[in-house]
Amino acid sequence: MPSFDTIIIGAGPNGLAVAHRLASKGAAVLVLEAAATAGGGAGLAHLSYNLDPRVEKAMGLAAHGLEWASADLATTALSPDGNHLRLEGPVGERLFGDVSDADRAAWSTLRARLLRFAAVLSPLNQMAPPRIAKGVGNPMLKLAMIGIKARMMGAKDFRELGRIILTNAHDLLDDELSDPRLKGALAFDATLGGWLGPRSPNSVLPWLVRLSGQVAGKQGALGLPKGGMAALGAAMVKATAAKGVTIRCNAAVERILVEGERVAGVILAGGEEIRAARVVSAIAPKTTLLSLVGARHLDAGLVTRARHQKARGGAAKLHLTLRAAPDFRGANLKDRLLIAGSEHDVERSFNPVKYGRVPERPGMEIMIPTAHELKPDGKYHLSAIAQFAPHAPADRVAARAEMLAACLAQLEANAPGIGALVEDAEILMPYDIEARYGLPGGQWHAGELSVEQMLFLRPLPGIAQYKGPVPGLWLASAGCHPGGGVSGSAGWNAALAMEAAG
Amino acid sequence: MTALRHFETPLLKTPFHPRTEALNKLWSWGNWGGYTTALSFDDLAMEHSAVRNSATVYDLCPMIKYRIEGPEATAYLDRLTLRNVAKLSVGGVQYTAWTNDAGHMLDDGTLFRLASDRYRLCCQERHLNWLTDSAHGFDVTITEETEDIAALSLQGPTSGEVLRLAGFDIDALKPFRMAEFPLGNGRLMISRTGFTGDLGYELWTTPDQALALWDLLFDAGKLHGIRPIGSDALNMARLEAGLIITGIDFTPADTCVREDRLRSPIEMGLGWMIDWKKGHFTGKAALVAQRDKGRKWSFVGLEIGGNIAAEGAILYHNQKLEVGVITGAIWSPVLKKNIALAQVLTKYADGANIWAEIYALRELHYEKLMMQARVVDRPFFVHDRRRATPPGRF
Repeated sequence: MPSFDTIIIGAGPNGLAVAHRLASKGAAVLVLEAAATAGGGAGLAHLSYNLDPRVEKAMGLAAHGLEWASADLATTALSPDGNHLRLEGPVGERLFGDVSDADRAAWSTLRARLLRFAAVLSPLNQMAPPRIAKGVGNPMLKLAMIGIKARMMGAKDFRELGRIILTNAHDLLDDELSDPRLKGALAFDATLGGWLGPRSPNSVLPWLVRLSGQVAGKQGALGLPKGGMAALGAAMVKATAAKGVTIRCNAAVERILVEGERVAGVILAGGEEIRAARVVSAIAPKTTLLSLVGARHLDAGLVTRARHQKARGGAAKLHLTLRAAPDFRGANLKDRLLIAGSEHDVERSFNPVKYGRVPERPGMEIMIPTAHELKPDGKYHLSAIAQFAPHAPADRVAARAEMLAACLAQLEANAPGIGALVEDAEILMPYDIEARYGLPGGQWHAGELSVEQMLFLRPLPGIAQYKGPVPGLWLASAGCHPGGGVSGSAGWNAALAMEAAG
Repeated sequence: MTALRHFETPLLKTPFHPRTEALNKLWSWGNWGGYTTALSFDDLAMEHSAVRNSATVYDLCPMIKYRIEGPEATAYLDRLTLRNVAKLSVGGVQYTAWTNDAGHMLDDGTLFRLASDRYRLCCQERHLNWLTDSAHGFDVTITEETEDIAALSLQGPTSGEVLRLAGFDIDALKPFRMAEFPLGNGRLMISRTGFTGDLGYELWTTPDQALALWDLLFDAGKLHGIRPIGSDALNMARLEAGLIITGIDFTPADTCVREDRLRSPIEMGLGWMIDWKKGHFTGKAALVAQRDKGRKWSFVGLEIGGNIAAEGAILYHNQKLEVGVITGAIWSPVLKKNIALAQVLTKYADGANIWAEIYALRELHYEKLMMQARVVDRPFFVHDRRRATPPGRF
């Protein structure tokens, strides 16, 4: 068995990104993945919105097979009466449908402003969060540039950024727009993957983070790789392997070995011990600290903070196999289809989830990859994110069945006859996602991406610069800054932090 | 519905209250942790004198006590506290302390190893939250047992003889060891510990045996000058012994509001108890950093000129620059010296040129005295009888 100086736990986008970067700099890297295949959360997602351009370029993902079936997906906000609203271009650059001129103008202004704000904040994604202590070597120049750029937007915009940054999505949309479908679609996007409704405080900031993403150089665009998101994961795997990194699947880490108060390697579920002086955890920080490292190697206050870190998943994942193409009242099946209703509908679908119950009419983001790449068997695969879903209902089996029924009812209302086409249906509740992907609470960001858990508070105060609390341990998952999606940003930032530490 | 009337008597009474109440001629009471506690019984000077010359009984019940038990109790305490708990044998007692993640003092206390997997932790402040939070990941149970135990402190040169006369064979009991004896239809645990720096014992039993224990001691000690003492006399004795009190000599981190008031064990003169080699414990990384970088504050004993106690005095370097504060001070009747405990900036803690600003109230007029202070070793008072085994027959 060859020896490695670095073990990376988790072959998701962040694990692969950090592995690639470290191997490029000469490290002997072993990646351990609990699942049967590498790719991690890339297999859970169904479109790309924030792949880190640094990662995409340095890993040479195009050369390793990444192609876009669409690098700029349009969105159709479905209306049960067929009066759909179509948003083309990144973040609805162009609106088609029955929308008033006033709303078109207002949206155009609001959209441009949101993208500007997101762009001003986006450099933060590509650096370690600043520390708030004195004399700790913050990149003052970079931070100053972000401040200067924000200020250079002008007094009006700067003031507006300050006004909205901690407000809620509902109020922001309600200030500017009147069309309930448009507000509903935007409110749905703003809260996607979070555990908050559009009226929850601070629901704007996570949306701005989302809007700072890009596909093929276009800010705010949504992309679908050829072969689906799994193909993006596969390209990352190939690129990483090409750097000489060993990736072992079916290798669940049970414990991080700590000897003499520093990391010494890992112990796998089967008892196998693999030694390395550096262990990088690209799985959720909460799991890493509480289950893999264990309380006795950590300060008591840190353990308490880790236990209290919020990780509630609010989204379920639906997979359907359909005998034939569904008909969403004429909507283009290549589009990202949204069943959001109005902004109030989005809020109403969150309300029961707060109390562990299933909403009657969950919102849905639907992708039909088959529409982009037809299958020889003529069958259609539909993938949907359904929001909101309870992460800890009293009866998990019943909640799962209820959620599936609610989703199918929503689909039937928007695509009459779709129910008769269903050959196979699978729904993953947040707790199923937790079991399958190891994300605490089934939370997609490996810890909620909410303002109190962002930047120097992510994953926890004191360990927000990727360096773990035990010497030799590094944290590099979506649970770290800047959060989740299939971006590789946290992994890349972590690799940079390791290089800076020497 | 039960009428809630607890607010009418906010201070609880200890199991010894029927005796302390009868003896408290000055009716001088204070609040210690929510309990009615005697400050002085009849004459402070005589009470203090008894600590150094005969035997004294002090009601320890308000001291906060936790029972910590389970297969991982030792590992848990090693992670919680500064000292090496694995080295504490069954029947032994450790004076110890613990900090938060930042290495700031939460409290100090005494840890009794009752069995291989069972301990008692006694301290000044309530810490159930911290102890319970710290228990995550350990197979251990924490129980607050303050009210389940009645405790007395028996201190003074004749305390060993009083115990012998009361029928307890404590000849073999060494300092920081404990032994168990039958008492009535209950049990009595005697530990050779105390807060006076003198020969002394602490006696632990159940509340139902409390009054019988009190009477037994006072009967046995009649001819050995036994008398009850209040917190004021104890405070004098502990200052002579150079011992600190949480909340008086430092502000515990969990209730401290001002960042610059936080103190580490190194800054409180407790660096000696840190076992750097035992493995991880809460606050270790921060304390290692402070050990290597140096501490800002030091905790010192001072001898001050004159005979006016310098309680609360501000310390100056060269009579000008403020460099610290006195946290406790008395004129020691035993040492015939003006002594004090103080927090001093380490830079100035070498003892040269430190001055205490003392305000002496003389018939309604304050006289400001600037008295030179000299840093001296603690404890101020030491006597061989404290450690002699078997204890002397005074």
